[in-house]
Amino acid sequence: MQHSDYSEKVMDHFTNPRNMGEMTNPDGVSEVGNASCGDMMQIQIKVEGGIIQDAKFKTFGCVAAIATSSISTEMIIGKTLDEAEHLTNDAVANALDGLPSHKRHCSVLAAEAIQAAIQNYRNGTLERTD
Amino acid sequence: MSRHVYLDHAASTRPYPEVIEAMQPYYLEHFGNPSSFHSFGTAPKKGIEEARAAVADLIHAKPDEIFFTASGTEANNFAVKGVAIALEKKGKHIITSSIEHYGIHHSCKMLERLGFEVTYLPVDEYGMVDPDEVGRALRDDTILVSVMLANHEVGTIQPIQKIAMITREKKVTFHSDARLAVGHIPVDVEELGVDLLSLSGQHFYGPKGSGALYIRKGVRIQPLIHGGVQEQGRRAGTEDVPAIIGLGKAAAMAKDKIAEEMKRVTSLRDKLEKGLVDQIDELKVNGHPEKRLPGFLNVCVKYVEGEGMIMMLVAKGIMAASGSACSSKALKASHVLTAMGVDHATAQGSLLFSLGRETTEEDVDYVLTEMPPIMQRLRMMSPIYQKK
Repeated sequence: MQHSDYSEKVMDHFTNPRNMGEMTNPDGVSEVGNASCGDMMQIQIKVEGGIIQDAKFKTFGCVAAIATSSISTEMIIGKTLDEAEHLTNDAVANALDGLPSHKRHCSVLAAEAIQAAIQNYRNGTLERTD
Repeated sequence: MSRHVYLDHAASTRPYPEVIEAMQPYYLEHFGNPSSFHSFGTAPKKGIEEARAAVADLIHAKPDEIFFTASGTEANNFAVKGVAIALEKKGKHIITSSIEHYGIHHSCKMLERLGFEVTYLPVDEYGMVDPDEVGRALRDDTILVSVMLANHEVGTIQPIQKIAMITREKKVTFHSDARLAVGHIPVDVEELGVDLLSLSGQHFYGPKGSGALYIRKGVRIQPLIHGGVQEQGRRAGTEDVPAIIGLGKAAAMAKDKIAEEMKRVTSLRDKLEKGLVDQIDELKVNGHPEKRLPGFLNVCVKYVEGEGMIMMLVAKGIMAASGSACSSKALKASHVLTAMGVDHATAQGSLLFSLGRETTEEDVDYVLTEMPPIMQRLRMMSPIYQKK
């Protein structure tokens, strides 16, 4: 009874999002997009020895925005910062078995959010609360 | 999941079984061309004229003022472009509202490209046009005013009678798109004072592919579709007889049921509205509190986006609609909500429940149980909910 242009993978990540929420004391954070444009994503990462140990997301946006943020956190956990930084929007979309063409921008936003969180970690500008 | 709750009557309605039964003989038995002189043309021709009389009766028009079209959208195109072409020597100025359906809006945009000038009237926070604004916008070269009877997203019912008094005084042709209103509230073209009025079968339990334009006698209009002399030469092409028969039957049935259904649907809508407002904080109800179509409940759930809500409701068997940018292929937020001054972020969380004939009290109770947890779940995912 589900009528949509979305793949089963997209619907799975939308219905059962992975790594949704927030962590205490992240090492890198990002917030991309804005609510008035439609989508807004927040990514947090935990880094140890150059490897992303954990990632969390929160998203205001459509089904595709939620699914792309969910899968991209899954794709970077356990990866080195260099590997994670090279996550492309195409890789995100492909991992979801594709996105409808008018939703491709969600995968772009997700890749940007990951890159921005890594950039934030590298800049070391984040204030720690502990 | 077996339960289906259809709350998208604004998109389309399930036809009355009687409508489909009435159409049936016109596919195989009475397939003849109504324009034929031989006897195979007789039954279809008679059927069409009966349907015309039923539609006329529903809106208090004369049968020869009803012109069948293939949709409400076609009726809207016919009205705007047909009058513009007929009167362009007199003037090239058109007035419409900023919350019209695309059938009107895009027709106006097309006319602008042809050199016409269009004034798009603003609406207030309830989606209401101010008749005085119409008066102020009128010019010597104004040839047409088109303001919808009731809005297709928020259900706000416009002060058509007051606008008509102004246009009549200035002798300007006045059209109203009544697609969402006809069959759901009493619509009387004499009382309203309109010169043209569009209606659509699929919106009041008739078949898709059926619509009509009421054209008051004496109104000047050019046909858009040229060919034979069907529909008094104003809309060529062999008639879609079954669709017309279905529209006529739906009109006849609506006439009998309007009063009772209005009451029943309004009370269900009010229960749904109250239940959602009580359970979900920061829920904005859109549209006019009283002057609203009986079945319409448009809300904005702050901090979440409409497409996600729709999909989660679908998973529970609840069919609704949204005006969010993400749920439209054009990726544009509802022009109706933005014209009403709703900010883009809030408009993203818009949800339209449109109740109708098949809505029951159990349906409303079911939505009231299922919806609050869905909203909560999506808000928990939203970075802006937490930051408020």
